[in-house]
Amino acid sequence: MGCIDELEYEIMLSNCSFRECAEFIKNNFKEIYYVNPGHKIFDTYLIGVPPIPIAVDGDKIIMPYVKPCHGSFVLRLPGGNEIEALRKK
Amino acid sequence: MNALIALGCPELPVQTSLALYLAHKLQNEGIDVTIAGTNAAVSLIRVADPDRHYSKRLSDLDRTIEGLAEKRIDYDLSFVFIHSDSGISYLATLKSLSKGNVIAVIFGKDIETLVAMAEEQGARMFAARAVHNPMPLKIKLDEVERWAALTS
Repeated sequence: MGCIDELEYEIMLSNCSFRECAEFIKNNFKEIYYVNPGHKIFDTYLIGVPPIPIAVDGDKIIMPYVKPCHGSFVLRLPGGNEIEALRKK
Repeated sequence: MNALIALGCPELPVQTSLALYLAHKLQNEGIDVTIAGTNAAVSLIRVADPDRHYSKRLSDLDRTIEGLAEKRIDYDLSFVFIHSDSGISYLATLKSLSKGNVIAVIFGKDIETLVAMAEEQGARMFAARAVHNPMPLKIKLDEVERWAALTS
């Protein structure tokens, strides 16, 4: 999943469980969309426990991101075309 | 019939040994096995099984998820090796993407929370406290008489 690594992301939360990541997004943002595992965003197929929350905040997307050896993160990324794709979903 | 063994981070010593043992059991029933994992997890398998007796098919974990999400591949049985919260996320993802039966293989030092989380997802599981010694989990795997029966 190199595509996310190539984006200018900010880590909002790290070293936590997937559930904590999902709660963080739900509790801190208003515009939230729910997707299933395997949802494609930024050329990456999302890993996680459904329903997976993805937030839109201005021109940014806030989403959970799971790595096998490093646990779960909440990332804040430039939304680009993905914001409209989420809103149309 | 085919099966996937999806490996987690290879930080616990029992994982590689148990993955090869499970692949051996599945192959003995004529089941076509693919082992998927991170680069390090797959490298450990390659070194442990240089003649590829039990690891005929190896795959990158991300590429496997991609194939499942794009519906290019699927497995009758998927075994997700879990010793951390990340493993539970992969279990949920496999359960969401595969039409086959997805089974949790839980190990490590503190397994109770992981067992409860796998139960929440309604997953069948094999679980034992095992970090360095694979025998507690091997005993659980040995209780299965016919792996093909787990597809139903």
